[in-house]
Amino acid sequence: MTSLKSFMSRQELLGLLVIAAVLFVVMPLAMDIFRLNLFGKYLTYAFVAIGLVLCWGKGGILSLGQGVFFGLGGYCMAMYLKLEASTPEATAIQSTPGIPDFMDWNQITALPWFWEPFNSLTFTLLAIIVVPAVFAFIIGAAMFKRRVGGVYFAIITQAIAAILTILIIGQQGYTGGVNGITDLRTLKGWDIRTDEAKYILYYVNGALLIGVLVLCQIVLKSKLGRLLVAVRDQEDRVRFSGYDVSNIKIFVFCFAAVLSAIGGAMFTLQVGFMSPSFVGIVPSIEMVIFCAVGGRLSIFGAVYGTLLVNWAKTTFSETFPELWLFGLGALFIAVVLVFPNGLSGLYQSYLAPLVDRFMGGKGRGSDPDTSPPAADLTAAPSAKPAE
Amino acid sequence: MFADYTWTELGSIFAMQGFAGLILFSVFVLMALGLAIIFGQMGVINMAHGEFMILGAYVTYLCSNLVEAYAPSLFGVYFFFAMALAFLAAGALGALVEWSLIRHLYKRPLDTLLATWGLSLILQQAYRSIFGAREVGVSLPNWLLGSVPLTDIIEIPINGIFVMVLTFVIAIGVYFILFRSRMGMQTRAVVQNRVMAGAVGINTEKVDRHTFALGCGIAGIAGSAFTMIGSTGPTAGQLYIVDTFLIVVFGGAASLIGTIASSFAISQAQSTMEFFLSGSMAKVLTLLTVVGILMLRPEGLFSLKIRR
Amino acid sequence: MNTLSNNTDFLLSIENLTVSFDGFKAVNDLNLYVDENEIHVIIGPNGAGKTTVLDLICGRTKATDGSIKFRNKELTALREHEIVREGVGRKFQNPSIYEDLTVFENLELSFPRGRSVWGALTFQRDAEVETRVREIAEMVFLDALLDKQAALLSHGQKQWLEIGMLLIQDPELLMLDEPVAGMSVSERKQTAKLLNEITKGRSVMVVEHDMKFVEDIAHRVTVLHQGKILSEGSMATVQADPKVIDVYLGH
Repeated sequence: MTSLKSFMSRQELLGLLVIAAVLFVVMPLAMDIFRLNLFGKYLTYAFVAIGLVLCWGKGGILSLGQGVFFGLGGYCMAMYLKLEASTPEATAIQSTPGIPDFMDWNQITALPWFWEPFNSLTFTLLAIIVVPAVFAFIIGAAMFKRRVGGVYFAIITQAIAAILTILIIGQQGYTGGVNGITDLRTLKGWDIRTDEAKYILYYVNGALLIGVLVLCQIVLKSKLGRLLVAVRDQEDRVRFSGYDVSNIKIFVFCFAAVLSAIGGAMFTLQVGFMSPSFVGIVPSIEMVIFCAVGGRLSIFGAVYGTLLVNWAKTTFSETFPELWLFGLGALFIAVVLVFPNGLSGLYQSYLAPLVDRFMGGKGRGSDPDTSPPAADLTAAPSAKPAE
Repeated sequence: MFADYTWTELGSIFAMQGFAGLILFSVFVLMALGLAIIFGQMGVINMAHGEFMILGAYVTYLCSNLVEAYAPSLFGVYFFFAMALAFLAAGALGALVEWSLIRHLYKRPLDTLLATWGLSLILQQAYRSIFGAREVGVSLPNWLLGSVPLTDIIEIPINGIFVMVLTFVIAIGVYFILFRSRMGMQTRAVVQNRVMAGAVGINTEKVDRHTFALGCGIAGIAGSAFTMIGSTGPTAGQLYIVDTFLIVVFGGAASLIGTIASSFAISQAQSTMEFFLSGSMAKVLTLLTVVGILMLRPEGLFSLKIRR
Repeated sequence: MNTLSNNTDFLLSIENLTVSFDGFKAVNDLNLYVDENEIHVIIGPNGAGKTTVLDLICGRTKATDGSIKFRNKELTALREHEIVREGVGRKFQNPSIYEDLTVFENLELSFPRGRSVWGALTFQRDAEVETRVREIAEMVFLDALLDKQAALLSHGQKQWLEIGMLLIQDPELLMLDEPVAGMSVSERKQTAKLLNEITKGRSVMVVEHDMKFVEDIAHRVTVLHQGKILSEGSMATVQADPKVIDVYLGH
């Protein structure tokens, strides 16, 4: 237990257990498979939001192009599934059997070279990780080595999201255009459209999410986690302490990109299609709001924020479509002006002290994001300053 | 791709596409000018800039309908006071937004970006609720219709010329306001040293509000001009926001000349390529080039070497 | 510049250093040398280029011309973190510390190990780190405040913390930009004591306005004026120099 303690406080362990309980017990019991699948879809966005906590909340790098990486992961998975669904038998009515249907509609007669490797599942799974990581590395290296940051970085990433969307829509024959890649059926012969498959995929997704949370917790509790905060607040001081700040930023940007891509791939599997409407400017900036509502500093908050906003979106846009955009707009403003630390901020100020007392803690270190593990090592039992 | 055309045809294509590009250039300049003032002078990213433009467009649309219905005799000149009204409406909304939202966020540029995005969603939905989701167009007075034939093949639409003249006048106006007037001097003083400007008696809050309102007002005029070449819908503003941000950054944020030069380069590249490639590929190539150049030269085309 | 011949015994030798911002020469053809174990103070009126010289040495500003050699290694071609790793530490005018972190964590992040991304991920807080952090904290009078969030320190304590963050890296050349600005009288005295203590085994360059403090610590003083050296020598020599008196009092 000592090794566990070093990277997870009691509060954080509790947070993780609660999320696991909600994902694996509460939601499956409370919902039918249709709703559960819907929430599984929301949870794929949580991967993006968690990445943004590290990148934006901790590191101060706001990317408005996370949809790009979500899309890259999603499209990689969709390409594999589409090829599996496009057997010559299944596509016998096409003028060129054996290629995806949208290619045939666009008078393409042979599978393009960059589609070929996606016949292999191993390659596909690797590509889901490697493609976004390399893409993020190129963007990050070009920008951070030249000390481009802040709003400039936000605008450039937003432009990249716009460019990729236009490209995907414009190149219908290779990408499926505005409809995206649809009609996905099986994974290695296993039908992903059945209720049973949806249950299994939901649990796989949940397990991946818990895994990602633990991984992020390890990163945040390492010295790198503290360095991220240091870079956000005093970039020059970090640089003049002998660190190459750009490498730290490139790392966290790539890390967030890979998380987004995993979310994208799980999205494709659970929802059964991928389209440019999850890549562009609008979805990318909405993913930021998921993170902000949860609390930009808390990886657990990001999960709840994502669920809450998406649930609200589905509910409101079903019943009051007119009001939803007003609500979302107001949410953007409120989360900036009124509660910048989001749900986790509210939790920390109102609920955490109660939970702490209940758990028998001595009321020290009420904020898991800033409270240091140093207390375990230092002999002097000096109390944390009262807020 | 050039092989199918004769030289004279090619020349005419370039001339016509060049001219179409000039109209795009004018809208870009008008939108980017407002944005450049706000971003360059205040460091604020206003994601709702496109919606301020669309406000101007709707004001023009209302004027055109009202005048057509109640004072048809004035229809020939309604456009001028529609523009003035568009400026005032967008400027007033800008001042309100600055007072209620922006001024709380001057030290948090990334948060401003999110907040103004929220504002843009609210405005879009407001336009949709008030004016409907369908796109609307204005009717132009007769003297703005038609075109001037230059050669057998090349014709230049009059409304295009009008938009360009307008852009030119406004650009000159902005130059005078920023670099030759007392308000401009105060604005620049606040930009360079807020504390000192306050200490010598400049009301920095007032300067901020006026600057923001001015930028938004110019967006309103851009919207007015926009109605002559395109139709107005609730989300039309969003289509331009990325392009205009790239223009401002590409031009070098604080540089007026840079903004104009980069508007010119981007609009011409896009409209010339559009004829030979599909529209979407032309846009992809243009934006990719701009992003590529910005990665190599992040300070933009025109910028001063300053002491950090 | 010809960089082949002029190797020196100095720890730091700055030769023909020039930097211009849009034609304005903030530092103009400057030559300056720092000995081992020397406290070298740079004084001068506002705008003389004092801070710019420190910026140039630590790589924050790139030189237009000239050379900066540290142990006969050219610094002008290196990036900031590489210069730090050569053994040059820099303290800024305003205390720049990580306010969200504790004093302990501030010092720990400055400990010169695990500076790569991977190194930072696998960094372990072992006995060596802890001993060193405590040792430094004691030196800069913060040993009782290790768990305190840095934002809650007093201004003077923040200045000390930043000095401590440099000391833990054990630099051979320490550059301090106005270390006692905003400090109380007793804090100044403590700082002077601290500086005299830490100079054992390293050189210190200080930019300072407070003449009483300069007198307390300086081994050698350089007076800068309009990017050039006006006078150099001991405090007494400099104070007696008519050119210096003219610049400080003449206008």
